[in-house]
Parts: sequence; C-alpha cells; structure tokens
Amino acid sequence: MRIAVGSGSCGIAAGAGKVYSALENLISDYNNITLGVTGCIGMCYLEPIVDLYNGEALAARLVRVSEKDAENIVQAASTGDMSLVENLMITENDNCFLTQQTRIALRHCGIIDPTRIDDYMKEDGYKALQKVLTTMTPDDVIQVIKTSGLAGRGGAGFPTWFKWNAAKESKGEEKYLICNADEGDPGAFMDRAVIESDPHNLIEGMLIGAYTIGAKEAVVYVRAEYPLAIKRLENAIAQAKEKGLLGKNILGTDFSCEMRIKAGAGAFVCGEETALIESLEGSRGMPRLKPPFPAQCGYWQKPSNINNVETFANVPWILLNGGEAFSAMGTENSKGTKVFALTGKIKKGGLVEIPMGMTLREVIYNIGGGIKNDAQFKAVQMGGPSGGCIPKELLDTVIDYKALSATGAIMGSGGMVVMDESTCMVNMAKFFLDFTAKESCGKCVPCRIGTKRMLEILTRITDGEGKEGDIELLEELCEAIKDGALCGLGQTAPNPVLTTIRYFRNEYEAHINEKKCPAHECTNLITYEIDADTCRGCTLCAKKCPANAITGTLKNPHTIDGDKCIKCGQCHTVCKFGAVRTI
Amino acid sequence: MNCCCNKQPSDLSLLSSVLNEYKDTKGSLITILQKAQDIYGYLPTDVIYHVAEETGNTPAKVMGVATFYTQFRLSPVGKHLIMLCQGTACHVNGSKRIQAAITEELGITDGETTEDGLFSLKCVACLGCCSLSPVMMINEETYGSLTPEKAVDILRELRAKEEVE
Repeated sequence: MRIAVGSGSCGIAAGAGKVYSALENLISDYNNITLGVTGCIGMCYLEPIVDLYNGEALAARLVRVSEKDAENIVQAASTGDMSLVENLMITENDNCFLTQQTRIALRHCGIIDPTRIDDYMKEDGYKALQKVLTTMTPDDVIQVIKTSGLAGRGGAGFPTWFKWNAAKESKGEEKYLICNADEGDPGAFMDRAVIESDPHNLIEGMLIGAYTIGAKEAVVYVRAEYPLAIKRLENAIAQAKEKGLLGKNILGTDFSCEMRIKAGAGAFVCGEETALIESLEGSRGMPRLKPPFPAQCGYWQKPSNINNVETFANVPWILLNGGEAFSAMGTENSKGTKVFALTGKIKKGGLVEIPMGMTLREVIYNIGGGIKNDAQFKAVQMGGPSGGCIPKELLDTVIDYKALSATGAIMGSGGMVVMDESTCMVNMAKFFLDFTAKESCGKCVPCRIGTKRMLEILTRITDGEGKEGDIELLEELCEAIKDGALCGLGQTAPNPVLTTIRYFRNEYEAHINEKKCPAHECTNLITYEIDADTCRGCTLCAKKCPANAITGTLKNPHTIDGDKCIKCGQCHTVCKFGAVRTI
Repeated sequence: MNCCCNKQPSDLSLLSSVLNEYKDTKGSLITILQKAQDIYGYLPTDVIYHVAEETGNTPAKVMGVATFYTQFRLSPVGKHLIMLCQGTACHVNGSKRIQAAITEELGITDGETTEDGLFSLKCVACLGCCSLSPVMMINEETYGSLTPEKAVDILRELRAKEEVE
C-alpha cells in the first residue's frame, strides 16, 4: 500500500510534517508500504490528511491525523485491515465537501505527488503541450481558448484569448510571458495551492501560452511569503528541463522557451500587472499609465502577456478536452469553473472549485456546511480589498462576473470570507482601508491621500467620534478615488466602504448617532457587564483582569468597575458560564 | 537614514559572490537585496551604498527599492521573527487578541524587538493559511488555530529552549 501525506502549507501548519516524520521512522520495517507526499486536497479544516492507496485506488482517507496515529496507520497499510484506522476515516458529511465540486484547475491537487514529474505525466501531463506543438498553430490555440470562454481568473475577468491575440499580433521578436503569482489578497490562497500541489500543470499552461504569443522567455512572479510554492516550482522547472520540456527545441520541435522564478518582496500593488513589470525590472512596484498596454509595451518595453496562475492552470485541460467542454459549464457570460478560498466563520473552510452559476448560498451552506457554531450569517466578503461585502438578502446571487458586479462586490481572485453577526461591518471597512492605505504605492494623489482620509474617517467612526455627514463625505471620497486613481488598486479601494454603506448603513448610523456598535466589536463603543444571575462567582475573571477592575467574592456574583475597565475582553473570553456580556 | 559612523562596518566581502552572479543581469536589484538580507539579517546602510556602487545605481534608487517592499529591513531583528497574520480571515477570527497577548507577554509591539534580542514582532498582510486562522509564522514554521493562551505557550516554549541552550 502507498501512504500519501497531504503536505501543502496548510497541512504542514496543522502538523503534517510531524506526521510524515513519524510514519517515515516506522515504515523502514515494512517492505510492502511506500510513503510519499501529495499536495493540498483543499479540505484545510480537516488537516493533516493522510491517504492510503491500494495501487491506484484510494482505500482510505484519514483526517485530523496526529503523529500518535502513525503506528495504527502503518499497521493498517501493511495488513489492509482498515478497522485499525476507522476512527480517523473521513465521514460522509465531510466527503461531500469534495463531491459537490467540479475540479479542473485543481484536478490533480491532493491526488498526485507534486515533487514527481512522472506522477503528472501519468495523468496525461504535457499531452496538451505535445498536441499544441505538433498539430496546432498559435491561431488554432487562440480559437480553442476563445471557444472555451476562459477569462482572467486574477479578478478582472478579461477574456484570455484577447490578451493572447494582442500579444501575438504585436510586432517584435522578443516577447515575454509572465505568470502573476503575487497572490496578495488577504483571505485568498488558491494560487499557492495550485503551485504547491500541481506545479507542472502551471508550467504546461504557461508553455502553451508562450508558444501562442511567440515568447521565448517565461517568468513566474511569486510572493516571497510562499517559500514552499517557490521550492516546489523550482524543483518542477528543473525536472521539466531534464525531460526536454523546457529549454531548447521542446519535444523536438522548433519551439524553445526558458522559464524562471522571480520572488516578490512584499507589496500588494505588484499584483497589478504594470506594477508587477516594474518590480520584475528591479524597481519600486509602481503602476504605469495605460495605454500602452503590456501586450504592446511591457517587460523591458517589449510585448508581454500576463496571466494569473489559475488561468494558466485551466489551459492544459481546455486544450485536451476542447473549448466546448469548458464553455458547457457556467452561465451566459461566465464560462467554466472558478476556485474560491472559503474562510472566516465557516464550518468547513478550504478550497472550493465550482462551475460558474452556483449560488453563494449553495457554496456557503451546502459545501461549506454553514456558519461556525451555527451562528447567524451576516455577510460574505468577496474579492478582498478590491471587493465588497454581500449581505444575507443576496445569498441567492449566482456566481458569475456580471451578477457579482451588480452587487457592488467583484468575483476577484477568489477570496470568500464569511462573517457572522459578531463582525462589525464598519470595522471591516476600516480593516480594508487600513490595508489599502498602507499598500498604496503613493504614485497618484487620489489613492495616496484619498485612502488615508477615508481611513481617518472610519477610525473616527469606530472610535465613537463620528460626526453627522461622515457617511456622505465617505461616499463623495469614494467616487473621487474611483474616478481619479491611476490603477486597479486605487480604483477599487472604495468598494469595501461603498458596499458596507449600501447594505449596512444602519450600522454606520448606529456608530455615529447612538455611539453604539451593534456587533459589539468596536471596543470604544461597548461596555462589559456581568450578569448577576448567570455568574457563579468562580473568580476566574477577577484573576485574569489585567486592570483589577473586577471585584467579588467566591460563589458570589462579581461586578466590573467601568472606570477601571480597559475593555480588553479577557473576562468575556475566560468566563465558562457566559455571564460576561457586552452592551 | 541612520548614521552608521559609530557602527561596526559590515563585512562587504560576504556579498561578492552574489554581486558577481547578479550585478550584470539587468533587473536583479531586488534579488541582490534579498540575498544581502539573507547574509546580514537586514540591510545595513553601508551594504546599501556598496550595492549601489557595484550595480551602477544611485544610493537613492537602492534605498527607494529597499523601503518600498515590506520584506526589507533596515535594522536588525531578533533571533525569532514572529510574523503575525493580519489577513481578512485572521482578522475575522480574532488576530487582534493574539497581537494583544504577544504584546503583553513580550512587551513589544509591531515592528519592535525585545531587549534581549530574542523576539521581533511583525504584523504581516496574509500568510495564505486562512483556513487555520488566526495564524502566525515563526522562523518559517506556521502555527495555526491560535488562541491568546496558545500563542503565549509557543513563545514561552521557544524562550525555554533558548535558556537550555
């Protein structure tokens, strides 16, 4: 039997490395077991995950494994007696997280070993490249991509065939193909998972793109915060070179292409394509004015094409299965599937790939299992700092580019952060503005100063110092920044504020007029109180209080001195009886 | 910029192999600075001047790049760099409380280093482990599903290890 330990970043953070070492120490005594790694299956909430394979067939998927389980796992793998690991087996309820998905970009994730090119080859790997190089012209490829309806998965949703065609038509011998793996949206990790779990799929997709536009050099710009992704991709590039799939005369044809990795250095704005180019050239990542577009004048002023990781990850599948197969999925204006990183106050958090056209409710409740602790759903944040919050009245919105834009949010790169009633929407808007104000490159005034002023107003409101007219002022600033900012970062920065005002205006008003935070999150606007009937007098809160603000004797109800209280919330956290309330 | 006249000058020879490999490749300034930071732990002023001279850039350009990207540091950090995630998912799941607990335990806030040089705290945008939020990363190891107590335990464990050594 073969044991595969899910070793994506999430898995390792949950303890997969320790599980792997424990298994490694034990299996040397057995000659009928092999041990390997696999990428991220996307069920992050169940990590660490260990799969047992009998030949090619999955015999058991074990979840929330710890190193203590290693002995039983090895025994089960050796004897085939699965009753030894029955307590670890995935339940039907958890398994349906996967079975409700349609996986194309993630089709190999968590299944193959990302460190071995042979595993990828076995899954028809590099067959699409072979087909393209030996039987298709660049125009044929563009036609297939056009038929598929594939659009840029980085957020903007621009038709991929159009970009490829523009770069192909641009004059000049020297052209570049660039992959944008600078996944900076807080709350998104789709691209990391694809690179860590299926790096050859990305390489193959990029090579097909390079052939189509006529590029001889391809660069992957990866966030420095993703060390494992960089390592796996480096390894995959070396393997592809060795097999003649990269470099000169690929697969014996006239097509030659080199590929390298460029590690980013931490700047959200570098996800914007012209800023990314500046960064690739070794400068501060500040966006350029468009036009000219990168397709005409990009990296080193040469025609360049930039696509997101997920976009490339769909390409080999489309070329093998045909554009029609891809466009058969989805809605009128959005074709194929989309990967989302489902996180926040959700029961089953992880990676979800679904055909366009599913509703938000289906994703959050059917796949994600609903809200943590069965709390009330409040909103879902889509598209990170460029996106917006969608309230519960719009849960039946279908996931496609047009329908999501109509809500004021965007499809974005795929971050989907679920919030329950304990999240303050004004504070959420402040959180995003704090992010964009810090990440603004400073080149254009509307973004540099506008986001700062908005952040000041939001801070004032959450501190309980909001004034009448603040909401209108925010709206006015939003419009000015949208119209005036130079790049996508600035133009979309007001979205979190606009959507929260649109759907949760009453929360803004409560902060400003009544000096209340309805979600009890903004510390300046809440007071802590101990309910005398519920308090058992255990004294724990008094012991934990750093300000000595709580008094009371054993077995008698305690009280909080509001003047001394620093609102740290320790008492609320430690109380086992739910006696500490926020008002 | 800090004055470096009272500081021990950096051993610039450590950087020569990096410069030899990259200085003639256009567009590699960020890579050179990343490697320099790996060597020195941060980017000392004299190293910035040296890189500028060797690569034919102005010191202002090199300084401009070094201050633009969050990865680069202009002062040394503690032995254990705590990167506390402030991403959306971590925010929703209470990263502020983790930050408060770390600050209380170590007496340092974002961007500071403890007096004994053991710990530095840095709040970062998103580590991409959102399903395990709240998350922090110390020396490339990620710790997930944190509670204030768990975070403090991890720090105490690291400190205890240091004391044994």
